[in-house]
Amino acid sequence: MSNRLEVIDAAKSFGGVLALSEATLTAESRRILAIIGPNGAGKTTLINVVSGVYAPDAGRVLLNGTDITGRRAFEVARHGIARTFQNVALFAGMTVLDNILLGRNMLMKSGVLKCGVFWGAARSEEIEHRRRAEEVIDFLNITDIRTAPAGSLPLGLQKRVELGRALAADPKVLLLDEPMGGMNLEEKESICRYVLDVVEMSDTAVILIEHDMGVVMDISDHIIVLDQGRKISEGTPDHVRNDKVVIEAYLGKEHAA
Amino acid sequence: MINRETGTFKRTYAEDLAIYRTPLPKIAVAVIAFVVFVIIPWQGSEYWLGILNLIGIASLGALGLNILVGRTGQISVGHAAFMSVGAYTAAVILREFPGTHWILAMLGGGCAAALAGMFFGIPSLRIKGLYLAVSTLAAQLIIEWIINHWPWLSGGAQGSIYIQAPTFPWIEDGALVSRKMEANLHYYYLIYVVLAIGILFALNLFRSHLGRAFIAVRDRDIAAEIIGINIFRTKLVAFGIASFYAGVTGVLYTYFYSIANFESFTLLISIQFLAMCIIGGLGSILGSIFGAIFITMLPIVLDFMLRGVGGAVFGWDDAAASAIMPQWNLIMFGGLIMFFLVVEPDGLAKMWRNFTDYFRVWPFPYV
Ligand SMILES: Nc1ncnc2c1ncn2[C@@H]1O[C@H](COP(=O)(O)OP(=O)(O)OP(=O)(O)O)[C@@H](O)[C@H]1O
Ligand SMILES: [Mg+2]
Repeated sequence: MSNRLEVIDAAKSFGGVLALSEATLTAESRRILAIIGPNGAGKTTLINVVSGVYAPDAGRVLLNGTDITGRRAFEVARHGIARTFQNVALFAGMTVLDNILLGRNMLMKSGVLKCGVFWGAARSEEIEHRRRAEEVIDFLNITDIRTAPAGSLPLGLQKRVELGRALAADPKVLLLDEPMGGMNLEEKESICRYVLDVVEMSDTAVILIEHDMGVVMDISDHIIVLDQGRKISEGTPDHVRNDKVVIEAYLGKEHAA
Repeated sequence: MINRETGTFKRTYAEDLAIYRTPLPKIAVAVIAFVVFVIIPWQGSEYWLGILNLIGIASLGALGLNILVGRTGQISVGHAAFMSVGAYTAAVILREFPGTHWILAMLGGGCAAALAGMFFGIPSLRIKGLYLAVSTLAAQLIIEWIINHWPWLSGGAQGSIYIQAPTFPWIEDGALVSRKMEANLHYYYLIYVVLAIGILFALNLFRSHLGRAFIAVRDRDIAAEIIGINIFRTKLVAFGIASFYAGVTGVLYTYFYSIANFESFTLLISIQFLAMCIIGGLGSILGSIFGAIFITMLPIVLDFMLRGVGGAVFGWDDAAASAIMPQWNLIMFGGLIMFFLVVEPDGLAKMWRNFTDYFRVWPFPYV
């Protein structure tokens, strides 16, 4: 099966600030779509609109043809869209394992009575989901910290755990908001590896926001460049790298020549 | 090693999911169960069993409130009102349908309270913290008003309904008979069996997906929503469960006193239950019990001290001590809440954990 997320002419403004306008993109299985742009370009806003944090002022969001525009965030998640946050949003007091299990919480259906009795249905459900969570933990090489409180970890590991929480949901679409922000080269490389593996081994479509141009050029199949809420360029890494408009936006006019 | 995590490896997820994962707590629980269900009833005097009964009932109520306040982070000052919903529902069921089994009436009381709790929990969709506290305060006052103003419901001007004592099966001269609960000992078993069920239920909830959802909603509601947790539903479930506990608590008071009486369910009682959660430890099961013991024993110990110390030092007679008692009770109550909020916000349960942590590594505290 293959998944497809389409955003068509989405717009969002805050007060007078037009954070996003006429944003159009398509993300598909087995491809990494990167979104780049200077600070305040509207990248996070785009992800917020897709994941249901904000309803767009205009435009539509389609997941495999189903219109999910303006749905509440938890419904969007239940449709199969998972995300990470630019500023990590883990549950600091819970263990790494519990944080990752929480990624699968919405898939668990036992009601109050079953949970309170636990023996039987709730228990086997918990074990089944636990198995998948442990797979994710193995995949991300965080076995040794699985019982540590998430809040006690350094930022790099927290970002990895948050990626795990999103992956644990077996999402159709994965939205990554600067998953390598603040990391050193080695850490970035391992995150790249994980993202590439996900794309290769599952049907998950990936949208990646990243400031590190080296990373973006290396691993993405398609790049969209935003500036002041608008798409100013898009195409393959090679195309974008040599696009005058992009260089202007990043470095100012005088460098473009 | 029986008391350390090291050396007990889990081979299956099922083992890792067990409530007690090292042998020592299992032994401790067995010992506690033996003491609670055999030693105490066998040795306890009627006077002490009476006090233990009050502690047991309060523990159940505090546990319920702690699921809502401590685990889910939704403050409620209407807990006693939901107890009264349970109490009056059971009393009315028993009055209108005299043949009904008291267990059914108790469940009915719990369910009615759960519905009321969920109804008054609806505002939690929009409001948090202090505002939610005020809205649950409204629930407390509305329910109190209804009980005092609808005599057909609450049994007239005094707002109280007398009930028949519950019965239990008993063997007499080789024949199975039905006996009325009359001694504190009988109620002791009723209360502590219900409390044990309540504790088990909560332990199970906490290790299920619902338990994780509660904490997620409490700690970061936006992140919780993003990972697909229906926050509103989770909050309502927490209100429902907490109020079910409250309802059963109210029914237990009613059975124990043989009367459903609104004075047992005032705003002050709601606040006392909040105090049990804070003093015992927010979100902790053990803490709920510690808190219940503490708040129940406070006036008793204080009374004893005022009479003893006051008599010896100031030469007070009984009347003088009794006169000053209510004020002292309130002062101590307020002072202790402030003490715990400032000095040990995680409550008695945390103090207990520090104590056991010490023994976890004993006799090598430096490893
Ligand atoms: N909740 C909000 N309220 C008001 N303004 C907002 C809000 N969220 C974003 N904005 C504004 O929208 C614009 C785009 O912000 P956004 O966070 O999407 O940028 P970004 O591309 O993610 O930047 P960065 O690279 O710094 O993360 C900015 O001008 C920002 O100030
Ligand atoms: Mg951003």
